[in-house]
Amino acid sequence: MVYNKRVDGRKIDELRPMEAKAGVVKNANGSASFKIGKTWAIAGVYGPREVVPRFMANPKHGILRCHYTMMPFSGSGERIKPGRSRRAQEISMVMEQSLAPVVDLSAFPNSVVDIFVELPQTDAGTRCAAISAACIALADAGIPMKDMVSSVAVGQVDGAVVADLNYNEESYPAIVSDIPVAMLHNTKEISLLQMDGEISKEDLLKALELAKVATEKVYQLQVKALKEKYAVNNEDN
Amino acid sequence: MSELLVQERSVVVPGESLAQGMDFLPGDNAYREKDQIYSKVLGLVSVSGRVIKITPLSGPYLPKIEDKIIARVMDITISGWRFDTSTAYSAMLNVRDATTRFVKKEEDLSQILAIGDYAVVKIVNVTSQNLIDLTMKEPGLRKISGGRIISINCQKVPRVIGRQGSMITLIKDKTGCDITVGQNGLVWIKGTQEGELMAGKAIKLIEAKSHLEGLTEKMEKFLGESA
Repeated sequence: MVYNKRVDGRKIDELRPMEAKAGVVKNANGSASFKIGKTWAIAGVYGPREVVPRFMANPKHGILRCHYTMMPFSGSGERIKPGRSRRAQEISMVMEQSLAPVVDLSAFPNSVVDIFVELPQTDAGTRCAAISAACIALADAGIPMKDMVSSVAVGQVDGAVVADLNYNEESYPAIVSDIPVAMLHNTKEISLLQMDGEISKEDLLKALELAKVATEKVYQLQVKALKEKYAVNNEDN
Repeated sequence: MSELLVQERSVVVPGESLAQGMDFLPGDNAYREKDQIYSKVLGLVSVSGRVIKITPLSGPYLPKIEDKIIARVMDITISGWRFDTSTAYSAMLNVRDATTRFVKKEEDLSQILAIGDYAVVKIVNVTSQNLIDLTMKEPGLRKISGGRIISINCQKVPRVIGRQGSMITLIKDKTGCDITVGQNGLVWIKGTQEGELMAGKAIKLIEAKSHLEGLTEKMEKFLGESA
């Protein structure tokens, strides 16, 4: 059987409907909400501020710290146990590493920029949504950055290379691979590349080409969200 | 052939291409990569001659020498006070920079400034590691008593003050309050209850609308309606 009709009827390179907004958390220095399909991430940026615990401080430049959390009710079945899990720790780490190449904290030695990402609802692609939201929030917070990072998952479902897998596709009863990719906009450098499942070399290269187009769509939305906040006729800012 | 890719006063995001070619120079918050100039922050474009700079719309306060700021005493040390500057960095105020009178060796420093007190201070020195030295020995610099303190984004401070202080004078006149704006984004308002509330609202409004044009007229209308 060939996978030519996607579970939710999308085209193979089509992303789920996206929505983004900057400045959703008034208490934070910068914030953003990013929705892709049923996956929803809210990011808040605090800082630069004093580093606690002190031993983490770096006298040469500020550090970036991510905190990824899925809300207890965010899954589609079991309650998600709150707090740090092995998985949340890993995702926090890859988020830091995918954002680090663009963020310039050389003017803020011995300080930390904290990024908190909460996911009220999840349906695959959470780390990508989290990174995309975090990047909008960082820009909103006025942190110096040399570029934007946009992230989306690509993959292969039963022989077809597709963009932005949802949960039903990730658990499709065939050979599936799920490849979250984060890309810098200007240079198209890849700052996040993980994989789950199986894929052939040719398909992987094809998937990465598709990722370029897909992350560009995310980038357009991120820019729109940031510019909308400062639009002339926007009354609620 | 050099070419400007964005309009003056338009909003740009980090990494957005501002100009092509070597005829333009990157100013504040912009950088060059090969023959392109890119923005480094979310902000407004301003071009003066060949230099393109970005005025940030938000962002952290970077301590600068000669800046007047409002800070809170967070600790008392053997020779002075440690202040919270509402940035990642604390600042030191030495006893001899705090007051003109002679302070005896055994004197209790909390009689001069206690923990939790706010003061208007000036930055005299900043190191590469952002260690800050303060002084309180100039006219206008003093301990804060009474009134209220509100916090705004430090990038909006120039708009709150206005050209040659026009905006802040307008608010002072209309509300009858005494207002001190610290460069770090803390604002001290002192006056009548109603005046303080009004001035606080006005300043928050400027913070929200600062990127729009015709701000002074908007403020005049806002203050005129309610006064």
